[in-house]
Amino acid sequence: MAKLHVTTTINGDPVEFLCEPHHTMLDVLRGSLGLTGSKEGCGSGDCGACSVTLDGRLVCSCLMLAAEAEGHQIRTIEGMAEGEMLHPLQQKFLEMAALQCGICTPGMLVAAKALLEHNQEPTETEVRYWLAGNLCRCTGYDKIVRAVLETAAEMRGAAR
Amino acid sequence: MNEHSNKWIGQRTIRPDGADKVTGRAAFGADTTMPGMIWGKVLRSPHAHARIRSIDTSKAESLPGVKAVVTARDIVNFTTDKPFILGIQDMRWMCRNVMAREKVLFHGHPVAAVAAATEEIAAEACKMISVEYEVLPWVIEIEDAIKPDAPILHEFNKLDGKPSNITGKLEHKLGDIAAGFAQAEVIVERSFKTRPVHQGYIEPHACLVSVASDDKTTIWSSSQGQFMVRAMTALLTGLTQSDIRAIPAEIGGGFGGKTIVYLEPLATMLSKKSGRPVKMVMSREEVMRASGPTSGSSSTVKIGATKDGRIVAAHGIYYLQAGALPGSPIRGAAGCSFAPYDIPNVLSQGFDVVSNRSKVVAYRAPGAPIGAYAVECVMDELAVALKMDPLELRLKNAAKQGTKAAHGPVYPRIGFVETLEAARAHPHYKAPLGKHHGRGVASGFWFNAGGESSAQVNITEDGNVVVMTGHPDIGGSRAAIANIAAELIGIDYKSVSVLIGDTATIGYSNMTGGSRVLFASAMVVTQSAEKVITILRARAAKIWNIDPDAVTWEDGAARPAGDNAGKFAPLTLAEIAAKATETGGPIGAGVQLNTTGAEGGFATHICDVEVDVDLGIVRVLRYTAFQDVGKAVHPSYVEGQMQGGVAQGIGWALNEEYIYNRNGQVDNAGFLDYRMPVCSDLPMLDAVMIEIPNPKHPQGVRGVGEVPLVPVMAAIANAIHDALGIRFYSLPMSPPKVLEALDLPRAAE
Ligand code: FES
Ligand code: FES
Repeated sequence: MAKLHVTTTINGDPVEFLCEPHHTMLDVLRGSLGLTGSKEGCGSGDCGACSVTLDGRLVCSCLMLAAEAEGHQIRTIEGMAEGEMLHPLQQKFLEMAALQCGICTPGMLVAAKALLEHNQEPTETEVRYWLAGNLCRCTGYDKIVRAVLETAAEMRGAAR
Repeated sequence: MNEHSNKWIGQRTIRPDGADKVTGRAAFGADTTMPGMIWGKVLRSPHAHARIRSIDTSKAESLPGVKAVVTARDIVNFTTDKPFILGIQDMRWMCRNVMAREKVLFHGHPVAAVAAATEEIAAEACKMISVEYEVLPWVIEIEDAIKPDAPILHEFNKLDGKPSNITGKLEHKLGDIAAGFAQAEVIVERSFKTRPVHQGYIEPHACLVSVASDDKTTIWSSSQGQFMVRAMTALLTGLTQSDIRAIPAEIGGGFGGKTIVYLEPLATMLSKKSGRPVKMVMSREEVMRASGPTSGSSSTVKIGATKDGRIVAAHGIYYLQAGALPGSPIRGAAGCSFAPYDIPNVLSQGFDVVSNRSKVVAYRAPGAPIGAYAVECVMDELAVALKMDPLELRLKNAAKQGTKAAHGPVYPRIGFVETLEAARAHPHYKAPLGKHHGRGVASGFWFNAGGESSAQVNITEDGNVVVMTGHPDIGGSRAAIANIAAELIGIDYKSVSVLIGDTATIGYSNMTGGSRVLFASAMVVTQSAEKVITILRARAAKIWNIDPDAVTWEDGAARPAGDNAGKFAPLTLAEIAAKATETGGPIGAGVQLNTTGAEGGFATHICDVEVDVDLGIVRVLRYTAFQDVGKAVHPSYVEGQMQGGVAQGIGWALNEEYIYNRNGQVDNAGFLDYRMPVCSDLPMLDAVMIEIPNPKHPQGVRGVGEVPLVPVMAAIANAIHDALGIRFYSLPMSPPKVLEALDLPRAAE
């Protein structure tokens, strides 16, 4: 089968790749692009470990065909920190121990960042429903929710 | 006990592997590649039970791109007549679990594996393998498997001279239960059922194996023990352990489910045959069909007490599903269930039952939650019958220092009473409840474990510290070890690096499991650090030309022990390290031990629920867990263990179960239909750490990871009873079941 040629932008960088028509964005990220920060927990859209943003919108990269990236902006966990500067969410996850094994963490962070870009002042319930598509089996979510709420509060404080 | 400053022990430091984990850099099981790597895939049984008549792999082998095919013929056969024990596993069953031999025993059982240039070709080749099966009658549930005319999985297994699906028994006895029950004035006896539940780690099993032509083998895999991977793979492939280097990938959750191998021996044989590195990754569906879960169960518990609430006798019978091959955690069920209580007469019996399901593997306090669910629900009924507060009943009968437990030990200092007292005094216990709300309590116990551990502590030339241990870190153990090393050596936490060695770089270390890792590794790290400090003192003594006994080590520097020792300015770690070559060479020390003294862990939980009486949905509104944690070396990760265990218990209690169809196949092999708790299902989970130091450990550590799961199912069942006045005797207490129970009285009206 002929491979498709795709031109896209990933974490702000121009990227070209070849893929099979059936390849998902996650296959290509983890495969030929070597961006293994996005994880495959299910491949069916049920765990959120593969979360990325497509033009700022949160998507499961396992449910997106790689060819659909053509002409769009993808952001992954690898693009979250700026150089050595961790994103406030990344820093807060570390300080508040919002991860145990860490396999859900990249997806959780990408999803949480998308939330804070939509809603600077989420309630606990809003955080919980926004993150309901991201499974974590280790933490019981308590420290994750607290870390997101606290980051949101600090980011609001800093913006004032 | 180390009672001094505690500058780092007990601090909420940032974990050493943290930056890698929040940036996507950390490499898990499926995250590596090797030059020339090809892909392996498994062909799995379409039947729940069938004899394998023949396997023809020739068509698959001739498909372009296919590099190797393996079947049971390529895996070492451990014959069924001779036990071969490795840890808690028997290689007779392991070899039949990784690859079906005489029969396929469950839907999803591996039959063959293929390695090919791409995943697609490997999958295509699997379809071209033709297997001739003689389909056999199958059995899924315990009640059916123990019937006299049940289909038999293993003809060689006999009970009273007849083939049977009961493949193991265990009994703990204390006193005389007949005499005990004769004294009882109130007796409650109930039967319970639980369903198998999966550990639910988010990372599927994955490995990458390279076998060179001289058999030198590298295994990169996600497991709870690289030494287990090495040993099992060596045994199943015939390689020697010294030829295998097993490298622990970061592990994306295990909870007991990654304490055995599935893919590694297959990938090893595929790599050996093809001469190429082979990568294998399970799909979520494969994880659900063929790995884990923990046992389903069928239990009966009877407890008798005098009118004043003193328990005089207890009898527990626990039938646990083993899955297709023997080995369910009956020890955890029978051993832990009555362990929180001081009961003079106890009989606790476990039975291992095989049926045509995937083989069970450890899951957080294996067996204990099953036993505790039954016992703690009966305790609740007993409290009602005695008109006693359920915490008072437990306090009245609580095990303490000196109590003889039915499973063997006489307890040293334990903190069970403290968990009950803390629960009773907590505002949660008295908080008002609304309509259709209910509150339940339950307690639990887990043995905890010691065992083999190795550590090496090295001082770098620039005066920093590198600690290496041999246990995969699943939940932050590196951070706790760094706290301990910084504390003992008296340096800044940031000066300590903690790494997990592979099987070639660190001495044998048993698995991450049983709540043993921090207990055991803290011991070997402590002893290694003490040895290093002795060396540092000797080096300072050499520099000062005085006796090493005249040198003390304080706050990260050597100092003269007193005025008699002479007047010298302190020598820091960096200063001594800089002179290492002149004073005797590199500075470092390692310790390898079989650690003992892991004392049991106890917990008491309070749970509030709200029942939606129209939809049957039970929602946990508030949850507080009280646990004797020994010493919280890193409190955040101790709380994390408690919260995570509670969340898993909420899933087990309310939603999770395997649903089998009429063909003996799992119908819900994915996260959509096997519903684990998501963020919006749960409230905040309050973790109250009670620190009663383990007298047998240098830092007072007790295992903390397992016991948080043990009380949860009963706490929720008891809360639902409080809300509705209805008792549920089987799990999960899912909406259809709750609605049905609510409709019964309505239908009768
Ligand atoms: S891997 Fe995409 S949602 Fe699970
Ligand atoms: S930290 Fe392990 S799954 Fe979330």
